[in-house]
Order: sequence, then structure tokens, then C-alpha cells
Amino acid sequence: MAKHKTPLLDQLESGPWPSFVSDIKQEIEHRYANPKGVDFQVPAECPDDLLGLLELSYVDGETHWKHGGIVGVFGYGGGVIGRYCDQPQKFPGVAHFHTVRVAQPSGMFYTTKFLRDLCDLWELRGSGLTNMHGATGDIVLIGTSTPQLEEIFYELTHKMGNDLGGSGSNLRTPACCLGESRCEYACYDSQELCYQLTQQYQDELHRPAFPYKFKFKFDGCSLGCVAAIARSDMSFIGTWRDEIRVDQKIVAAYVGGEFAPNAGAHSGRDWGKFDIQKEVVDLCPSGCMRYEGGKLEINNKECVRCMHCICVMPRALKIGNDRGLSILIGAKAPILDGPQMGSLTIPFIKAEAPYDNLKEFVESVWDWWMEEGKNRERIGETLKRLGFARLLEVTGTTADPRHVQEPRHNPYIFWKEEDVKGGWQREISDYRSKHQR
Amino acid sequence: MALVYEEAKATIIEFCNSKAKTKSKFYFNDFTALFPDEKGRDVKKILTQMINEEVLVFWSSGSTSMYGLAGAGKHAEGED
Repeated sequence: MAKHKTPLLDQLESGPWPSFVSDIKQEIEHRYANPKGVDFQVPAECPDDLLGLLELSYVDGETHWKHGGIVGVFGYGGGVIGRYCDQPQKFPGVAHFHTVRVAQPSGMFYTTKFLRDLCDLWELRGSGLTNMHGATGDIVLIGTSTPQLEEIFYELTHKMGNDLGGSGSNLRTPACCLGESRCEYACYDSQELCYQLTQQYQDELHRPAFPYKFKFKFDGCSLGCVAAIARSDMSFIGTWRDEIRVDQKIVAAYVGGEFAPNAGAHSGRDWGKFDIQKEVVDLCPSGCMRYEGGKLEINNKECVRCMHCICVMPRALKIGNDRGLSILIGAKAPILDGPQMGSLTIPFIKAEAPYDNLKEFVESVWDWWMEEGKNRERIGETLKRLGFARLLEVTGTTADPRHVQEPRHNPYIFWKEEDVKGGWQREISDYRSKHQR
Repeated sequence: MALVYEEAKATIIEFCNSKAKTKSKFYFNDFTALFPDEKGRDVKKILTQMINEEVLVFWSSGSTSMYGLAGAGKHAEGED
């Protein structure tokens, strides 16, 4: 039986959606009943006091958590976030309520054994409350006390073969889609690249030296299952540079009704006969398709890789064969400045082991940001402040029309003397020979 | 010029102590500014060694990280 009255929180349970309040109440009952006789290492009333503290915050209209702390595991500057309550006498179960971030497996493929071991560990040494998964994609274990941290870290690393994730001014836990493991649209092995860069940049992940957080995300294609373009400072998005493969016979089969469009999705109601003109050609954002005389034609040079046509007719249209990825820089949520989507920086690059070309690019971007970035400034903000041309310069990237988001607006190319033949000096007589005064 | 650990450590400790009246935690950039001719990664190696020797500690709000001398500043009960 919960020890705190929580009328304001109870109201949150009345809506149509699953409620975190209900979930925490379930854990409160479970911990008090303790059917497995667990020797809880943090107080059994931890979730109970959590709800009590939250109710108090709702009543007061202000938080009762203190700001940050020095806790962590030895040698790591990330992965643990210290949280202390400012009412420890009233709510002793959450006097310490540290968060532990744990790296999720690539593509979030779990064995049931791993999940059971993780839950057992967190029931014993934590509050029992988890967040699967945090916004960055990692496993978030919420609520433990300082003496438990090294114990948890030992269990995770030595017995479960896992590691802490990133927090603070670190490389954050990299996240990827499930990629080639299950998806025919994957243009590169997003899981492998995610794993390789995670291994390569352990120091950046665990020991903070950046101006602020930095996130990698890996989408196997532009459908963006991990929304890299919106959520990561550096997005790796699969693409191809040849042509969409078209099987005209199967296109005809879709038109004839032999195959359900969208692989049978949206079949909950009758949308009528499949209309390729209306449902595919007219919806192409760059207008690069036409369907005439029973033949689908694509002007691939104008294709912007939205993949709508491929999604509607996946049996007939396939991604190209010359595959790689695009790199975008600077997406972020609004904190200091407004929200930003990533800016296309590398339109196409091959993504093959050992990924030296990608690592070289990553490090050139970091070197610049670590040198020029202000404290608490995301790279997207540095990019806006110092200009896209500077990013191209420091990464050795040649300016390209695909870098221009909107023509005639916010131009980023400023000529330098060394870029111009003859520099700023010229013979006026040469000029006058072609141009009258 | 390569950094000599003991010298760099002394410079860092002196810097932290000189600011002790107003600050107990410092950004990474505060330390790179002490060694303008050195690469950030080399300064990081010094800081990492000082962390491993428990001369320095990390501080984190969750979103931002800082470094401070062990024991400096106020800490929540149970942190020291």
C-alpha cells in the first residue's frame, strides 16, 4: 500500500494512454510484496517516495531534485547522472536517485536472458524502474544510490558483456536502425558501422572533452527509422548513387491488382483500386517519374531519395546497387538556440570496413568543434555561428550545389583571394579592353 | 612541445586553486586555454591521468560535464 497520497498524479491515470504513474504504482506494490525475497540494496520504498516527491513538485510547482553531481564509476566521466532530492527526510527512498545509462545493443536485438539479467540486477541494486529506451536510444536505469554504482558497473561489464552509455559533454551512446539484419532498404551495414565507431571512440564516449553533447545516429536508408536527420549532431543516412531498379512486369502486376500496394499496409479500409498515377507518380516530390504506356520511367538524376515509390511498390522497385551513405551535420533539439535539422555535408561516401574514410571525416569535424566551439554549444550552433563554408574548409569538402538548401537565400560561399585566378589584383587595361567606361 | 605530466599537473592545480574563491568546477576549455600551444587531446591525457590519480573529479549535470579538484566545492551528502 503506497504511503503517500497522490491525487494530482492519480489524475494522470485517467487519460486514454498508458500512464507512467500506473507503472510506478505497480512497481510499488511489487516491491512491498517482494515475492522473490530480494535483498533490496536500495530502499524498498524507492518508487513510493518517487511518486510522493513528484506529487510534492506538482503541488509546489517546482522541482525537488538538486542539480547534478560528481558520482560516477572509476575513470568514467559519463554514463552515470547524479541525482539527489532536496527533501531526503521526507522521502528517504529517493535521497539518492542516480541514473545509469547503459549501451543498448545495435538495432536493439536482445536475448530474453539479457533482459532478465538486467531486470534482476536493477531490482536488486536499483529502484526497479527502467526507461526502455531513452531519447538517445540507450537503456536508462533510473534510481540507485552511490554505493551501488561500482557493483552495477562490475556486473554489467564482467558478467553481462555490456558497457555504460554516454552522458554529459561526451559522445553519446551511438544508435542505429536494424539495418541489413532485417531490412531490404538498408544501403549499408548500419549496425556494423555503429559498433565499429563505438569501439573506435571509447575515449570520447567515456571521458568528456567536447564543448557539449555529441550524437551519432545511423539510418540504413532515408526512411530514417532512428530519425538521424533530426536527432543527431552527425547523421549517417544510407543512399545510393546509381538508379532505382525497376521491374516493369511487377509494376504492371501492382497496377493490375495482383499485389497489394504498401505491402498490404493501410488495408483496414477500402481505398479503391490502386492508382499508380495518384498514389505514386503525383506524390513524387521532385516530379521525376511518369507512367505512360504501361511503363514506369524515373529520371534518377532528379530523385531526392524520399523512397515513397519504393515503399508503395517494394516488389517492383528496389534501391540502387552503388550504395553508401550521406553525412549530415548539426541536428539538435531546442535548448540554447532553436531546433535544427542536419545540414547535408557529404552527399555520398562509401561505407565499407574499416571505415577509415568516415573516421577521418569525423575527427576533422571534432578537431574543429573542440577548437572553435563555445561551452555548451552544439556543433549545429557552431556551424551557424561560423558558417557552413568553414565546415567545408576544415573537413576538406568541396562545395557542391547539393549543399545549397535554398537558392538565393543565406549564401555561404565567400570567395577568398586564393580561390580567384589572379587574386584581387588585375590589369585595368585588360578589363577595359572588354568593358567600356 | 610535449607536455610533461608533473609540470602540467602543477599548472592545473595552481589554476584551480587560484579560482577557488569563485569556482570549484571548470570546463574542459578552461584547461586547454592554459596550454595554448598544445593539442586538446594531449591536455585531455593529462586530465585523465589526474582523474585516475583521484586528484581531479568529474562533475556532470547530465547534459554538461566539468572537472574540479577532489573535495573542492559543495557536494551532496554521500558524494565525498
